[in-house]
Amino acid sequence: MEEKLRIYLDNAASTWPKPECVPRAVEHIIREAAANPGRSGHTLSIEAARVIAEARRQTAALFGISDPLRLVFTGNATGALNIVIQGMLGPGDHVITSAMEHNSVMRPLRAMELRGVEVSVVACSADGTLDPDDVGKAIRRQTALVVLTHASNVSGTVMPVSQVGAITSERGIPLCVDASQTAGCLPIDVGRDGIDLLAFTGHKSLYGPQGTGGLYVREGLEARISPLAMGGTGSASEREEQPLFMPDKYESGTPNTPGIAGLLAGIDFVASQGVERIREHEMTLARRLMEGLAAIEGIRVIGPRDPYHRIAVVSFTLEGVEPSEVAFRLDDEFGIMIRSGLHCAPSAHRALGTFPQGTVRASIGFFNTARDIDETIDAVASIAYNR
Amino acid sequence: MSTVERWVLVFESVSATLAAEQALKEKGIPYKLVPIPRHISSDCGVCIRVDAHQRALAEEVLAGRVRVAGVHRLPDSRPRPS
Ligand SMILES: Cc1ncc(COP(=O)(O)O)c(C=O)c1O
Repeated sequence: MEEKLRIYLDNAASTWPKPECVPRAVEHIIREAAANPGRSGHTLSIEAARVIAEARRQTAALFGISDPLRLVFTGNATGALNIVIQGMLGPGDHVITSAMEHNSVMRPLRAMELRGVEVSVVACSADGTLDPDDVGKAIRRQTALVVLTHASNVSGTVMPVSQVGAITSERGIPLCVDASQTAGCLPIDVGRDGIDLLAFTGHKSLYGPQGTGGLYVREGLEARISPLAMGGTGSASEREEQPLFMPDKYESGTPNTPGIAGLLAGIDFVASQGVERIREHEMTLARRLMEGLAAIEGIRVIGPRDPYHRIAVVSFTLEGVEPSEVAFRLDDEFGIMIRSGLHCAPSAHRALGTFPQGTVRASIGFFNTARDIDETIDAVASIAYNR
Repeated sequence: MSTVERWVLVFESVSATLAAEQALKEKGIPYKLVPIPRHISSDCGVCIRVDAHQRALAEEVLAGRVRVAGVHRLPDSRPRPS
C-alpha cells in the first residue's frame, strides 16, 4: 500500500507538532524535579516553584505585563474565562460580548443570565467584523464587563481589541479578552491594547502542552473577582480563609507543573522565533490557501479577504457537500487532518451565515509548509470535481 | 569570633518570594532561600535571608516590585564558620 501523506491543519484546535524542546522539558521535570512547587522548603520543591516562576516571567514578558505576579496559571482558557465571568458578575450587572464568541465565553454568560445578569451580544458583519462603536453604543450604567475574543476561531477575523480597549478604558469598564486563538501568533500588549483581563490557552500558538493556560488580572481588579476554586496555596497556611493576593487567590491546588514547564519551553520557542515572524509565515501560507481554494468552483471562503484583518484560520464551504463529508474524505483519501462543523461557536456561525451545517476549517501553524497547502488545495479540488 | 547579623525577608507567597529572588539575583545582591523560621510564621514556606549590611539595599531593590510582608532579624544569627 502506498504510504499516505499526513498533513496536520487543525492548529486552531491544538498545535501539532510541538517544538522538540517542549516534550523534552516535560520529560525533564517529571524525571528530575516534579516535587510539589513551593509547598515545601526543600530543594526539589523550590526547583519546581522556580520553573513556574520563570514561566510566569516569560509569559508576562510576551504580553507586555510588567508584574509577573499579575498572571495566574489555569488549566486552559476556559478556566480563565470562567474565573472572570462567574467571579465578577452578579444580579443586576450588564455584560457586553460579540456574536463571534466561542462557547467558552457564551456558555458561562448564558448561565449567568439565569442568575440575573443581563447579556448584550453585539452583532458582527457577514465576515465576522465587529464595529467598535457598536460596543460603545451598547454600554449602559450597569455595564460591568466587556468580553471579547481577540480573533474568531471560525472565520479567523481579528477583532478591533485596541479600539474597544480605548472605549472601555475611557468609560472605566473592564475589558476581558479571549486570546485563545492569538496568543503567540498575533502581538499582544495589555497596556497598549487597553486589556484589563487576558485569558489565554497554552496548547495552541504558544506550543505548550494541553492543560495549560492562564489569566492576567490588571492591578486592583482582583478585589472585584471572587475565586471559583479555593484551597491550598502553600501561602498563609495558618489561615482558613482564601488569600486575597495575586496570584494565590486564583491558584488553589497543586498546579500542572510538568505542563507549565512545557509551556515555558513553548513560549521560549515562540519568543526566539518572534511573534511577528511566526505571523508572517502563517499568513503567507493562509493567503496561498485562500487564493487556491477561491479558484475552485463551488468553494466559498469565509471571513475577511484582507490578511491584515485575520489570522491563519481558513474556513470554507463546498456547495453540495456537507463539511463533515469534506473533512472525512480529506482525512480518509488524502491524510489531511482538518476540522469540520460548528467549532464550539454556534453564534459565530449564525453571524457568518453558516449555521447549522458549519464549515470546513483548515488552520495553519508554524510547522506547516507551502507543500502542505498545495496538497490540500489539490485534494479539495479533487473532492469538488468528484462530488 | 564575629557574629554575622542576618535578616530574613518574608513574603506573602512562594510566587512573591521567587519574584523577589529574581530581583535580587538581577542586582547581584547575595541572598539565600531558607525555610521561614518557626517563630516568625508557622507557614511551611521559604523566605530570603540576607546579611545585615545588605538589608537596606535589598529592600530598596524590592520596593515597588514585590510586597515585603515582613523583615525580621534572626536572633540566632550564628558565628560564620571560619
Ligand atoms: C476563541 C476560543 N476561545 C476559547 C477556546 C477554549 O480554549 P481551551 O479549550 O484551551 O480552554 C478556544 C479553543 O478551543 C477558542 O478558539
